[in-house]
Amino acid sequence: MSSIDFSWLIGGPQGSGVESGANVFSKVCAAMGYQVFGKREFYSNIKGEHSYFTVRIADKKIHSNINDVTLMVSFDAETIFRHFNEVASNGGIIYDSELEGIDTEKVHTLDAPFKDRLHQYLESKNKPFTIAGVLEIAKEKGITLYPVSFKNILEKLSEEVGNPKLRGLVRMYNVLGVSLSLGLIKMPADPLLNSLDDIFSKKPKIAEINKQAANYSYTYAKNNFQNFNYTLTGTQKESGTILVQGFQGTALGKMVCGCRMQSYYPITPASDESVYLESNEILEIIDDRPGSTVVIQTEDEICAIGMTIGGALTGTRSATCTSGPGFALMTEMLGWAGINEVPVVITNYQRSGPSTGLPTRHGQDDLLFAVFAGHGDFPKIVYASGDVEESFYDTGNCFNYADIFQVPVIHMMDKFHASSVLTCDRFDPQKISINRGKLLEKVDNDYRRFEFTDDGVSPRSRLGIDNGVFWNTGDESDEYGHISEDPVLRVKMMDKRMSRLDLILKQIPQSEQVISFGVEDYTVISWGSAKGPILDAIDMLKKEGISIGYIQLKLIHPFPAYYVSTLLKDTKTIIDIEANHSGQLGKIFKQNVQRDIDYFILKYSGRAMTSTEVYDSLKKIIENKANKREVLMHGA
Amino acid sequence: MALKLADYKTDVHNDWCPGCGDFGIVNAIQMALAEMGIERDKAVMFSGVGCSGKTSHFINTYGIHTLHGRVLTFAQGAKITNPEMTVVAVGGDGDGLGIGAGHFVAAGRRNVDMTYIIFDNGVYGLTKGQASPTLKLGEKTKSLPSPNTNSNVNPIGLAVASGFTFVARGYSYDVRHLKDLIIKAVNHKGLSFLDVLQPCPTYNDLNTRDWYAGADLVEEAQQRHSRIYKLEEQGYEPTVHYNSEVEVNEKLSQALIKSLEWGNKIPIGIFYKNELVSPYTVRLQDKIPNYLENPPAKQNISKNGHPNTDISKILDSLEV
Repeated sequence: MSSIDFSWLIGGPQGSGVESGANVFSKVCAAMGYQVFGKREFYSNIKGEHSYFTVRIADKKIHSNINDVTLMVSFDAETIFRHFNEVASNGGIIYDSELEGIDTEKVHTLDAPFKDRLHQYLESKNKPFTIAGVLEIAKEKGITLYPVSFKNILEKLSEEVGNPKLRGLVRMYNVLGVSLSLGLIKMPADPLLNSLDDIFSKKPKIAEINKQAANYSYTYAKNNFQNFNYTLTGTQKESGTILVQGFQGTALGKMVCGCRMQSYYPITPASDESVYLESNEILEIIDDRPGSTVVIQTEDEICAIGMTIGGALTGTRSATCTSGPGFALMTEMLGWAGINEVPVVITNYQRSGPSTGLPTRHGQDDLLFAVFAGHGDFPKIVYASGDVEESFYDTGNCFNYADIFQVPVIHMMDKFHASSVLTCDRFDPQKISINRGKLLEKVDNDYRRFEFTDDGVSPRSRLGIDNGVFWNTGDESDEYGHISEDPVLRVKMMDKRMSRLDLILKQIPQSEQVISFGVEDYTVISWGSAKGPILDAIDMLKKEGISIGYIQLKLIHPFPAYYVSTLLKDTKTIIDIEANHSGQLGKIFKQNVQRDIDYFILKYSGRAMTSTEVYDSLKKIIENKANKREVLMHGA
Repeated sequence: MALKLADYKTDVHNDWCPGCGDFGIVNAIQMALAEMGIERDKAVMFSGVGCSGKTSHFINTYGIHTLHGRVLTFAQGAKITNPEMTVVAVGGDGDGLGIGAGHFVAAGRRNVDMTYIIFDNGVYGLTKGQASPTLKLGEKTKSLPSPNTNSNVNPIGLAVASGFTFVARGYSYDVRHLKDLIIKAVNHKGLSFLDVLQPCPTYNDLNTRDWYAGADLVEEAQQRHSRIYKLEEQGYEPTVHYNSEVEVNEKLSQALIKSLEWGNKIPIGIFYKNELVSPYTVRLQDKIPNYLENPPAKQNISKNGHPNTDISKILDSLEV
């Protein structure tokens, strides 16, 4: 059996059900045993602007999207205009035949820079600026076109089932699109109907209508569409596989590792995590009464982290979740948590900056900012997860680090993580350990919160325990936590706090600091969500007999300089891959390891990297054809 | 053993200026704590930044000296995670009504069961006397280069409009009255606000102790040697007794109108009190049935070093 690697794209105006359509498609494919990796792209807009979802399906583990689309389904003109050129030459396009006459001027959401590029391209190909024009190009390329009138389908369906209401239900175009696609690739129909039952389990009437529409269009595609190059009839299902949304990794991690308070201010792409936590606020506890996560929506991010610190002072594992602009507001508080040695976790789902930037788009823009956030010197941890599965376990680690080292921990995630949908191994909560460090349950007399100790970490009392009284202040303080401006004490206190950085490097296991996927003559260093595209690209190169090493940095601050330089001592060429303009990890690497990065592969278009483009760039580097700085551009 | 007043004092040197109105407030807080007999380890004083920010170091309970303008954010987080604590937040008028005004308004909407005391003196003392939010337009205190170009905030009015459910004003040189107000504020079920008039002897040469005492009025009004009068002595009834719109609106507008009195007659006492609005903890209890008996700070989160939270049902629903 040849291996399957299939990429499906659905697009439409925001609010038209693109996301739920993609979720149904992903669920069906996952239920049929395939590995799934999907990614949502959308504008900062509620209704009308173009959004699309790419779902890659394979019969082996995959970690990213690829450039080529195998099958595109579209019920609006904009999707065709924007994506027809991504469809592979042996691929197909299912589209609403009513759209053929539409020209670009009719699509008001096509922005000028895109339209100019498209017009230039169409002119060069001598085609009209219409859907018919772009589809001619597709056809010439070898793409199979599957025109179908969505309106007719609904009309016929409404006659067949005797429900006149169905005629104008354009809201169901997404279900039609999904079902036509599944019919075309000959995926069995049952999982489709089951998944609609699941989604509309509380609205049986709506479920019924959707199932009728699904069934009708599925059969229509099977009977009327000419054969497609691809059939996906299912594969061996691996047990213990789950289909997760990106933000569920940290959210479920927080539930499991005992985060019992989260405060947040709404911001894309971070809020989904908090909303999900609140939707599941009551927790089942083994052999005990129910627990709960109190989730509070605050007036701003300053209050969000203030409440988090207040929560942490009572001994509650507390967190906030935000993105770049919100994190920027939190930095004064971060220093307060630093000087008072308060364990808080800040989950930072980065997006494209600066300022509001591309608010719904991807970027790994805030690494330098996270490392240097806050005025004055204080210890903190910056920790980065490479994928969603990792982020579940890393969340547990982050809370342990916060408690053990009594420092704020910034857990770096991003938009690529947050808006992906993927299959992975079922999370195993028992692989997470819970270590609260020197947190006290009982306090003896003459307690000093900032007592000097051998390892530089003081036993930590919490608000409300017997004899546990202590003081905190944002000023420099004595061991009790009272203000002191004494120069000798100041130096001792600074040294005590800052010694934590060495302790962190010493005590966090190396396997949690850095993950080595092998070191070769050419070795990639990277962090965060670039991991998926890198792994898949390296895999592609391996098939051609080219071995590339890859070091994934997770603990970015304090930087494990000695360990990293030891790992890389024999590598000849270091390639830094990340989704920002300046190669931020590269700067940190150079500062700490005193070695130059040989090549940068960077992406800052706001779209996630694909493995195809990472592969292409790595290949250029190996063939000695690359620029020192390769900038990736794929994605609409 | 019952705690005495002295038990609530720390031996931290108090470096406020001689004659500072803040002394009266700290004394009143300590007296209130002693009178209520609250255990030292069951109370926490949060403070902002400025002269008033040092308050938490002088009181022998948990003391958290936070950041300028942010005291309410820390305090609410602590109270919500451990509702058994008695939580009092303090700060200056610049702290709470200038840089922290957004948090002030939002706190009113939440009505977390705790107390917020503003040390109200019209100047930023610790930075050498700039105009603060309660200084009136056109007034020129000692260190201002020119008269104040901003209008003032009305703290009582803002609190009432923001949803604070206990709104009162005290005077730092009437310590006994202030102590009583603090006790009522702490016992109030919901968010209580105390605006405490507190002369800054160093930088506010307008609203001085003598001015509040009406020393300048002696010749005109022989009978009245003080600008300050007590609402309760005038038969003012601040409490909302019935949860009707008419009653609530009447008590709110009465408080707003009273809050505008200033000049030769300055009211202190309780302006508004409404315990019929649910405190935030009750709102949480409504959606998390065992929140109060098992709040975040009390929850056991592990068993043998591993999580005791069971998410298997959620994971089952994610299985393909």
